[in-house]
Amino acid sequence: MILALEYHRSAARYIATRTATGTKLGGRMAGLLVGNMAPLRLTNKSEPRRPSDEWTRLKPLLSGICGSDLGLLSGSNSPYLSPMISTPFVPGHEVVAETMDELPGLPKGSRVVMDPVLSCRPRGVEPCVWCATGRESRCDRITGGAVSSGLQTGYCGDTGGGWSKQFVAHASQLHPVPDELSNERAVLVEPIACAVHSVRRVHVPAGASILLIGAGTVGLFTLLALREFTQAGPIYVVAKHRHQRERAIQLGATEVFEPKRAARALRRATGGSLQHPQMGADFLLGGADIAFECTGGTGGLTSALRMVRAGGTVVASGIPASGVDLTPLWYRELSLVGAYASDHGGPEKVTDDVPNAAEERTRADGRAGDFTEAVALAGTAPLDGYVDAVYSLSQWRDAIGHAFAAGRLGTVKVAFAPGQQ
Amino acid sequence: MSRPGFVLEVDERTPPLLIHQGEGFRLENLPLGSKVIYGPDPLPGLRDVNAAIRHALLHPHGMEPLPELLRPGMKLTIAFDDISLPLPQMQTPDIRQRILEHVLELAARKGVNDVELVAANALHRRMTPSELKRAVGERVFRAFFPEHLRNHDAEDKDNMVHLGKTDHGEDVELNKRAMESDLLIYVNINLTPMSGGPKSVSVGLAGYNSLRHHHNSHVLKHSRSFNDPPNSAMHHSYNRMADLLGGHVKVFTIETSVNSESFPSAMGFLNKREWEWNLKDQASYLAVKRANEMLPTKMRRKVWQSQYAPYKMTGINAGAPSEVHPLTMAKVHEQQRVEVNGQADIGVFGVPFICPYNVNSIMNPILVTSMGLGYQFNMYLNKPIVRQGGVGIFYHPMPNEFHPVHHPSYIDFFEEVLAETTDPAQLEAKYEKQFATDEWYIHLYRNSYAYHGVHPFYMWYWASHAMDHLGDVIFVGADRKTAARLGFRTATTLGDALEMAKHTVGSSPEISYLHMPPLTLADVR
Repeated sequence: MILALEYHRSAARYIATRTATGTKLGGRMAGLLVGNMAPLRLTNKSEPRRPSDEWTRLKPLLSGICGSDLGLLSGSNSPYLSPMISTPFVPGHEVVAETMDELPGLPKGSRVVMDPVLSCRPRGVEPCVWCATGRESRCDRITGGAVSSGLQTGYCGDTGGGWSKQFVAHASQLHPVPDELSNERAVLVEPIACAVHSVRRVHVPAGASILLIGAGTVGLFTLLALREFTQAGPIYVVAKHRHQRERAIQLGATEVFEPKRAARALRRATGGSLQHPQMGADFLLGGADIAFECTGGTGGLTSALRMVRAGGTVVASGIPASGVDLTPLWYRELSLVGAYASDHGGPEKVTDDVPNAAEERTRADGRAGDFTEAVALAGTAPLDGYVDAVYSLSQWRDAIGHAFAAGRLGTVKVAFAPGQQ
Repeated sequence: MSRPGFVLEVDERTPPLLIHQGEGFRLENLPLGSKVIYGPDPLPGLRDVNAAIRHALLHPHGMEPLPELLRPGMKLTIAFDDISLPLPQMQTPDIRQRILEHVLELAARKGVNDVELVAANALHRRMTPSELKRAVGERVFRAFFPEHLRNHDAEDKDNMVHLGKTDHGEDVELNKRAMESDLLIYVNINLTPMSGGPKSVSVGLAGYNSLRHHHNSHVLKHSRSFNDPPNSAMHHSYNRMADLLGGHVKVFTIETSVNSESFPSAMGFLNKREWEWNLKDQASYLAVKRANEMLPTKMRRKVWQSQYAPYKMTGINAGAPSEVHPLTMAKVHEQQRVEVNGQADIGVFGVPFICPYNVNSIMNPILVTSMGLGYQFNMYLNKPIVRQGGVGIFYHPMPNEFHPVHHPSYIDFFEEVLAETTDPAQLEAKYEKQFATDEWYIHLYRNSYAYHGVHPFYMWYWASHAMDHLGDVIFVGADRKTAARLGFRTATTLGDALEMAKHTVGSSPEISYLHMPPLTLADVR
């Protein structure tokens, strides 16, 4: 038996949490409400079994709390995802762990990070068209094969997840952690890989102006990836909290705006005019070339759509919220691009119609899959202090509360240390 | 004959004194021994204004009578002061209307057909049609608006002309129509000593390219004060520009002065010295104060903006600007000047609800600064009422509130520029040009009713001298967060402010309170 935090099916708790946190006041008290109302429980359950020898048991050293986990617990994630989960399951997909079984090329006791996507290969099925080309995050067979439905480890009833003392993962999901990389940095590899993937989803022309909405984990790492993998010009970051502003500047932001004055400030920086509709938020005729929405909130996507120039691109890095007015998408002829998780395929192929295609190809040459790049980036980027709140599983209510208030409390990433008492 | 101004020394018998604080006022007990500077009583107005106007036009100074300057086929431009004067707005008929009707009648008699009327608003917001109508009167408005009655547009490059540079290298770029006219008539209302004279044309009809030479932090810091033209670097620059433009266009100026009746009879107590308040005044004070406090913000603002001053014209002179202006200045000094012996450690100023840039608008925090540390601090001759390194105590609630149509660049100035620095020279070097050339601000200035993008910078420079001179600035009753953004401290009461000032001026400071409005010019000896 192992100690684990288990998400279970409970319509009453789901509706109650979703309703309570859906209000303005409830949203502010989400940490308190979710800890007491969400269908999450600390339980002793049997260890997950390895589906085959290609799998290993893992002992999590640190396991992060992601924005999508908080969305799950507060009930704000879209029901669209429900076919891709199997309850009850143990959340936790940002993990640095120790292997407990021998795998080819990966001795027992190795420190690893995990690409959580449960694509064709872990599932033991013939590769779908996406997995065959290295785009595992788009896998079409996410509900079949050796393990039950689950878009990722941490949403699958059979594999377990990082918020426990033990779970299982397929060899193809694992990436060894270099000795010099601390656990606190290694646990950031998965969100960094997502950010790398997000940046690779669009072609960022040299000198392009970028608007980055949100400076939590996703936003900061997207900024890191933009500076590492593109020749973006000015990057304007919208950040709520002082520590986020300071971190964004450290990672290469050109300017950081408070959310309330973002539209005005971006207009000042990029030109154009500010328009005041009779209802709703101000918008720009003008604005940034590309916007990355990194909050997963209605306000974030609304702002992104309203502050990108005509013909520009909005990348949804967070799970997009509902209730967004898509008029600007139509009227300004914008491109809306999704960016989910990470893959092994490396940079998108540079087509000939891209400006400076030859130079762009050279830049992309030798670049690896998102996770491999993320491991390297986690070792070199100035990320000290990003994980400064570590809780044991038994302190889960405090941990969840802290994660909901992370920005306000000056924290970037809250994590569980399941081995800790 | 009206009583001259005087300086009251507060003693046990002195009643609480009225201090303006935005759209409101309070009675304050100043410490014993404080000096209170009162301006002269209102001068009597001219008995027959129409006769005075006719006389001025027919007997000008240093030029031929106006009818002799007018001829058929000539190009005539008449410019007039915009909505920033007088303050508060005056009861109708406006002085401009009275003068324009006389001038246009003369022009019509002489067969002058090509006549253009221009509001000399420089980089101020355009006047709305109803504001223009109020200034020039129904008849003139109907006859000339919109084709021949316009606002000056400093960003209409096709209608600006570069006349050259002064011997100090200052560009003189002005309204082309006015400069290419056979005669330019300027109709002025001289409310403060800084106005009129060389300023009228060289500022009112100018654009950024000219204004930047005298509206900057260096010049303003060395204008001591800008209400004392001989000692004002800003006026020295105006003079150089006026000399240059004088070689290009014939200017016939008509300058007027008004008395100090700033408030209508319902608020008559605001025009009186407190110990002379009768029972009616005391009742009015209580009623107005109570009602004012009960009104919602928007309504209160509307009520204050609707208080039209019953100003009376005290003088009118016409002719060559250099000969007319000294006569006007003498009249302005007669109405406003009061001798004060020595400087104090602390100067107290009540910032009223109005300044030149918030007529029918909101007095935002930058305008509060410009009014208090700019206009009011600079209401002196010789020396400021506060000594170098002393403390300025100002009264204003200073809400973080901006008019989105009139002051769009002020919002960005407050949020972006002042968040980085409050040093006039630093923000000038880094941001002024960006704001001045911002296409959106230019669009709003030209097509909406917005002050030009660079205007908030000018308002901040306006306070340069005070910021340099004062050791500390404390706002009583101000929004703490807003004042902090501007670099000022706040106090809830005068007692608290004096306690805070102790660190700078000690525990027994001399205090001078410049009691205004009405406008009072302290001649400090």
